[in-house]
Amino acid sequence: MSLIRELHRQLTQKERSAVEITQGYLAHIETLEPQLRSFLTITADHALAKAQQVDQQIAAGEAIGLLAGIPIALKDNLCTQGVQTTCASKVLEGFIPPYESTVTERLATAGTICLGKTNMDEFAMGSSTENSAYQVTANPWDIARVPGGSSGGSAAAVAADECPIALGSDTGGSIRQPAAFCGVVGLKPTYGLVSRYGLVAYASSLDQIGPLTRTVEDAAIVLGAIAGHDPKDSTSLNVDIPDYTHTLKPGLDCKGRKIGIIQETFGDGLDPVVDAAVKTAIAQLESLGAEVQTLSCPQFRYGVPTYYIIAPSEASSNLARYDGVKYGLRANNDSLMDMYTKTRATGFGAEVKRRIMIGTYALSAGYYDAYYLKAQKVRTLIKQDFEKAFESVDVLLCPTTPTTAFKTGEKVNDPLSMYLSDLMTIPVNLAGLPSLSLPCGFDQAGLPIGLQLIGNVLQEQTLLEVAYAYEQATPWHTQTPHL
Amino acid sequence: MIDIEQVRKVANLARLDLTTEEETQFTTQLNSILDYVEQLSGLDTADVQPTTRAIEVSNITRRDRLETFSDREAIFKNAPDQEGDYFKVPKILDNNG
Repeated sequence: MSLIRELHRQLTQKERSAVEITQGYLAHIETLEPQLRSFLTITADHALAKAQQVDQQIAAGEAIGLLAGIPIALKDNLCTQGVQTTCASKVLEGFIPPYESTVTERLATAGTICLGKTNMDEFAMGSSTENSAYQVTANPWDIARVPGGSSGGSAAAVAADECPIALGSDTGGSIRQPAAFCGVVGLKPTYGLVSRYGLVAYASSLDQIGPLTRTVEDAAIVLGAIAGHDPKDSTSLNVDIPDYTHTLKPGLDCKGRKIGIIQETFGDGLDPVVDAAVKTAIAQLESLGAEVQTLSCPQFRYGVPTYYIIAPSEASSNLARYDGVKYGLRANNDSLMDMYTKTRATGFGAEVKRRIMIGTYALSAGYYDAYYLKAQKVRTLIKQDFEKAFESVDVLLCPTTPTTAFKTGEKVNDPLSMYLSDLMTIPVNLAGLPSLSLPCGFDQAGLPIGLQLIGNVLQEQTLLEVAYAYEQATPWHTQTPHL
Repeated sequence: MIDIEQVRKVANLARLDLTTEEETQFTTQLNSILDYVEQLSGLDTADVQPTTRAIEVSNITRRDRLETFSDREAIFKNAPDQEGDYFKVPKILDNNG
C-alpha cells in the first residue's frame, strides 16, 4: 500500500489533520535523531505553518492533490530559499540560498511539507555518509553500520519512518546504494528527465535527482511531481510526463517482460547471501511471467575506473566556485591567493580534496588525453553495451550492491575499497539510464539486500511496473527496523 | 606514477593549501587510484568517439535578455565581506601596481 495514498486518505476522510500528521513525524524525528542523525536541519515551524494551510484548504472543502499535506525530507544539496543548504560541507556553513531549486519548488506547489534537510557525504562524494563534515548517520537496521551514501540521511530517514518520502541525488549510485543498505525504494531517473536547477553540482553530466520511498508506487507519485522540462536546465528533456501510477494496480504481473541478467555482476566479490537473494528474486520474476535470459555487458567492469576520472574532473571544475568571495566560508583575508587556498583547505574535507586533486590532475596539460579523453571513450563503450542489451530485453537486473551495509569506520581509510561498493550502480549513470533499487531480502544479521533494475532511456514506466509486480508478490517492503 | 612534487603542483592548480601530512597521504592514495584507473589503457579506443553526456540534447538556446533578480539583499547576506554594492576581497594590486 502506498504510504502517500494512505496519508491522503486520512487527510481527506478527516481522520487526521495535516498538522497532526506533521507533528507525528516531528515527534518521531525528535525521538530518533539522537541515535540516527539523519537530519542536518529540521524546519519544524515552517512545516507546521504549511500544514495549517493545507488544513484550511481541507476545511474550506477544497479538493487537495495527492501530495498535499505529505511531509518530505530533502537532501541538503538541494537549494531551499531561506533555509540553510550546506551540502554537509564546512565551506557552505551558513549559506542561505536566495532561490529555490526546481524540484523543491514543484513539490512545494504540490503541497508537500518540508520537514528538513538530510545529511549526506560532503558534496555527494561518498558511499557511506561518513564524509559529512557535521555528523555520522546510523543505519536504522543496525546503528553500528552506515546507511550508505551519499543520500544516506534521506534513506535512513525514510527507513526509520522519520518521513514518508525523501529526495536524494544520484551521480554514481547515491540514491540506489543507500536505498539498498536501508531497505527502501530508490529511483534514479533518466538523465535529463528531472531538472537539476538548484541542485548543487557535483558531476554535471551524471547527476540526477530522484525519490527515496517505502513503496514503488510512492516513488512513481513523487517522480510524476518532479519530472518534466525546465528551461532553467539546458540538459532538461522536453518530453511528456505520463501518470506513472496508472498501470500500478494489484494483480499486475510480468507476462511478456523480457528481463536480462547481467552475468558480469555475479561472481568474485559478491556476498553469497546477496547472490542467493537476487537469484531467488529472479525465480520469483519468472513465476510472475517474466522471460529471463542471461546476457553479457563486457565493459561493465570498467565503470568504476571510468567514473573516477570523469566525476572528479567535472567536480574539480564545478567546485572551483568555492573561493571565499561571494558566499560560504572565507578562512583568510591576507591576500587573494591565501584567501583562496586557505578557504578551500579549511572548508573542504579529505574526500572532496582527493577528488579535486584527481580531477585537476586528469585535466592538466599532458594528461588530458591519457585520462579524461580515454575515460570519455570508454564511457561510449559502456553505453554501447547497454544499447546492445536493450535490443533483446526490456529491463536489466543485477544486485544493487555487492554486500549489505558495512560497519561505520570500516572503509574510511581505504578510498578505493569504498569506491568499489558502487560497482553495480556506476555504469548506469555513465549511460544516463533510469534505474531503481528495491528490497529483495535480508542477510543473516537482518540487514536489507537491494535488487537493481535498469531500464532503457525514458522507460521509467516499464521499470516501475516490473518493480511493482515484484514488490506486491514479496513481503520485504512491509518490514521495518526496530529502533 | 605521481610524486610529491606533482602533488604540490596539482594542489597549487586547484588552489588547495595542503599540509605536509596531506601531501604524503595524497601521494600514496592518488597513486593507488591512478594505478586502478590504469586498466583502461588496455582497452582499444582508437576508433571510439568520446561521450560527453549520456543523453544528447543539442542547440538549446534562450534569448539573451537581462532579468532582474528580486532579492539582492538575500545574495549580499551570504557575502563573507561586502562594501556598498560590492563583494569585498583582499587587495589584488599593490600600491605600485
